[in-house]
Amino acid sequence: MRLDYPANIKIVRVPCTGKVDLMYLLTAIQKGADGVYVVGCLEGTCHYKQGNFKARERVEHARRLLDEVGLEGDRVRMYNLSSGEGPTFAAYAREMTEHIKKLGPNPLKKWATA
Amino acid sequence: MISPKLVEVGRHLNINIITNSEIKSVEGEPGNFSVTLVNHPRYIDPVKCTGCGECARHCPVTAVNRYNKGLDDRRATFIEYPQAVPLAFGIDTDTCIGCGLCENMCVAKAIRYDDVERESVLTVGSIILASGSQGYDPSKLDFLGYGKYPNVVTSEEFERILSASGPYRGHLCRPLDREEPRKIAWLQCIGSRDTNKCGNGYCSSVCCMYAVKEAMIAKEHAHCDLDCAIFNMDIRTFGKDYEKYYLRAKDKDGVRFIKSRVHTITEIPETGDLIVRFANESGQMQEETFNMVVLSVGLQIPETSKELAQKLGIKLDKYNFAVTDPFAPVQTSKAGVYTCGVFQGPKDIPSSVTEASAAACIAGADLSEARGTDTKVIQIPDQQDVAAQEPRIGVFVCNCGINIGGIVNVPEVTAYAAKLPHVVYADQNLFTCSQDTQDKIKEKIIEHKLNRVVVASCSPKTHEQMFMETLEACGLNRYLFEMANIRNQNSWIHSKSPALATQKAKDLVRMAVARSATLKQLNEKVISVNKQALVIGGGVAGMNAALGLGNQGFHVVLLEKESILGGFSRYLHHTIEGGDIQAYLKQLIAEVTAHDHIEVLTGARVVDFKGYKGNFTTDVQIGAQKENRTIPHGIIIVATGAREYSPKEYAYNQDPRVVTQVQLGDILEEKGARDMSAVVMIQCVGSRNAENENCSRICCQNAIKNALIIKKQNPDTNVFVLYRDIRTYGLMEDYYTEARNLGVIFIRFEADNPPQVVPSPEGMRVMVKDHILQQNLEIEADLVALSAGVTAEDTSDLCGIMKFNRNPEGFFIEAHVKLRPVDMPGEGIFLCGTAHGPKLITESIAQAQAAASRATTFLSKSEIKLSAITAHVDTEHCVKCLTCVRSCPFNVPVFNTEKQIIEIDEAICHGCGICAGVCPRQTIQLNYYEDDQILCKIDALLAGGM
Repeated sequence: MRLDYPANIKIVRVPCTGKVDLMYLLTAIQKGADGVYVVGCLEGTCHYKQGNFKARERVEHARRLLDEVGLEGDRVRMYNLSSGEGPTFAAYAREMTEHIKKLGPNPLKKWATA
Repeated sequence: MISPKLVEVGRHLNINIITNSEIKSVEGEPGNFSVTLVNHPRYIDPVKCTGCGECARHCPVTAVNRYNKGLDDRRATFIEYPQAVPLAFGIDTDTCIGCGLCENMCVAKAIRYDDVERESVLTVGSIILASGSQGYDPSKLDFLGYGKYPNVVTSEEFERILSASGPYRGHLCRPLDREEPRKIAWLQCIGSRDTNKCGNGYCSSVCCMYAVKEAMIAKEHAHCDLDCAIFNMDIRTFGKDYEKYYLRAKDKDGVRFIKSRVHTITEIPETGDLIVRFANESGQMQEETFNMVVLSVGLQIPETSKELAQKLGIKLDKYNFAVTDPFAPVQTSKAGVYTCGVFQGPKDIPSSVTEASAAACIAGADLSEARGTDTKVIQIPDQQDVAAQEPRIGVFVCNCGINIGGIVNVPEVTAYAAKLPHVVYADQNLFTCSQDTQDKIKEKIIEHKLNRVVVASCSPKTHEQMFMETLEACGLNRYLFEMANIRNQNSWIHSKSPALATQKAKDLVRMAVARSATLKQLNEKVISVNKQALVIGGGVAGMNAALGLGNQGFHVVLLEKESILGGFSRYLHHTIEGGDIQAYLKQLIAEVTAHDHIEVLTGARVVDFKGYKGNFTTDVQIGAQKENRTIPHGIIIVATGAREYSPKEYAYNQDPRVVTQVQLGDILEEKGARDMSAVVMIQCVGSRNAENENCSRICCQNAIKNALIIKKQNPDTNVFVLYRDIRTYGLMEDYYTEARNLGVIFIRFEADNPPQVVPSPEGMRVMVKDHILQQNLEIEADLVALSAGVTAEDTSDLCGIMKFNRNPEGFFIEAHVKLRPVDMPGEGIFLCGTAHGPKLITESIAQAQAAASRATTFLSKSEIKLSAITAHVDTEHCVKCLTCVRSCPFNVPVFNTEKQIIEIDEAICHGCGICAGVCPRQTIQLNYYEDDQILCKIDALLAGGM
């Protein structure tokens, strides 16, 4: 559909969001990503039945852990859409980018240079 | 989309492509035809030609490029398009001056000026005619000004204008001045539904949908807020989910739909703009100026197909479509000769692909005895073990014509890739998916001893398999491959920021290279295939699927939940063409029940299901005694059907004078129309509304079928059809014309102002606003027939057990709408009939045969390979916490109490990786997606600095 969305988004392919480990989310933040989000199928439509529910649990867990250590947990989010919803994908990409811009850069980067 | 298919056909060992040839004569009988071909000279040897294009680059002659519909030029030495198969040039001798430059330039020595026409003879068992169609030529319709005004183009020309490989490289501009238009009009039904000017009385079926698509894509390409108007008589978006696309265009993207057939087009000479004159809905003449006009030309059978039919001795109808029977949709009038696609009748891509598989099924049944006797088998070279070697990575960066290369600086990305760790070779290609590039990749793998390959191009969803096969062909394990999607996820979406897109392409390539270094060789498990088939549903579709397989020699178990076969067709009487459904059904049931290879189980209910492609096991309970039976089978065909919607509207079920079309069919069959004085039919009941956005496809023809029966039995009966759009697509348009000629009155209403039905002692009073008269009408009728839509059978229980995916309306979802219309997402599972979506009996039969054909691709093999992407447990470090056992949605991991270990059967593992994600000690890894193989991508991305 060639829908425009910000170029700062890079996609890492997984077979199902159920494969997204807590470690992936935390590593990304630890290595300096300003935000991470998981895009799964609509709830109830997972090809593997529960993958996106598992992903949501892990996203929530990652958010709690980041909040606990003083990094904004809201840098990690989960979105759901169907594969036929290109425009929604692009809209979420823009929304996430705007949201992260408001939060500013990953504080770890500041701490590392400070 | 079509490119991988072209390559697949080009690479297929058992498909012999003979281009530039025509049939001269056919002799013999089914099973043994002798076909004499005329092979026209190409003047370039396709075997020697490498497709390098040096000949065309040096050719001094300019010729009109027919592929781009004459909108640009090509050379006299040419290839139709860059992805053509076979990738070999030819010389157009009409324009060639014979200068000899190409012959001198050709390193491969492929030029043959002395090439002559030849004859060759083929021996075949069945013949399938798929000669297709051509767009209608509107130059005869002088009031449109096509050929006179440059900015009036056909829809085929507009397709080329929008194409990245088209004359304007995908930039939206009009032919006269290459300015970007701000207002475009589409005129529907040019060369279709027109007995007056061109004689094509049929509807071409595809133009409404492609016009909506062209308008939507034009809006995406436009830099301004493009105004798109589609002038139409009816919008016919009758296919599965097509209505939703139409609504999106209309309500969200602001495409205007104007109900009118245009009177004339005149040009404003100073600007090249076009004045469109048309009558609005109330009959007043209006004018509107557009920058460009697109004529939505219909599908027409070319003269050459007419000649072909004569040579073969097959019958054509008055429009030159091949004559077929409603109950044998791909069988021509001559035994052993089959047809599919538009030559059979106007149709869209999914229906054409479906029919192609159906034709293959029926043609294959004729040849089933000889299966495998004349085929070649792929010899995959022994796999070399590279596990101990240091990674040697080759990176191939694709320009995808200008899709990537026009935005991303591909040479810069290639140079960048060459410097990445472990990369020993990097190069760019115009089209990495083309056949010659596959050969080049093979060459480079061998030359540079590559043991990992990265392709930076498009989506792995469409192209990964093809590249993996290329690796395999040179002895490299297919899983040592990785793709970076620098088109769909980059150049296409960041086209306005080339610098950013180039940077992102580098990031994506760096990530892919990092991952490729971590990839391991994986081996697929080979399993045997159970040759028995299971068909669920014993209606027309299920029975035809069973016959399709049975006639190929495969054993079929056919399940029907009712006590008798037949499904919903038991309630139907005739097709619109007059085919006797009950007689057909009787004969079909007799054939199925008497078939040696088909076992029918009625009163059957699925109670348990397990297994995987090639080796399924289904438990069923049969009959009132609930007798249990376990059926082993290799494939499944789902044909659970649909029913007529039971209306809640218009006093249905409250007044006996309100019936559905199916009930009206019963009344007409039993009592006839003698006592009817006025009948009102209301369309789109339970379709195209808030609860069910989709069109039910069959109701318009159903109403017209019944209206015609009434009018023929009793011409004095007044028949009114209240409709929103009449959707008698394809050849059914003739029946709509006939109904109007017989005096059936069609009154259009708006969705937000539906008719009202008030019962009264004298009769049913129907109120509706007529758009032409601009008046409220009141009709007194003795019968109101509701054209109730199609509702999917309730398959919740079945889906609970077998885990099939359905859309919100309850119809099953196919693997790919256009390319795999009868495959389900799960492998070895196929779909047909109304379980897929509303369709006619003829279409259900074709789809059933198609499903049988697709199933044959499994059943004809004795063994198949399973995916290697499965989970495995490191039993040494596993603490047996059973989290995986509890988390797997398919109950695959089990605790072996004897061995005291967790076991995952790779044959039933779905490869989702949920167990790997939950394992607290990371002792479960998913092949090809191991933690290292994902984390390294994150590392590589962030190492570049965000």
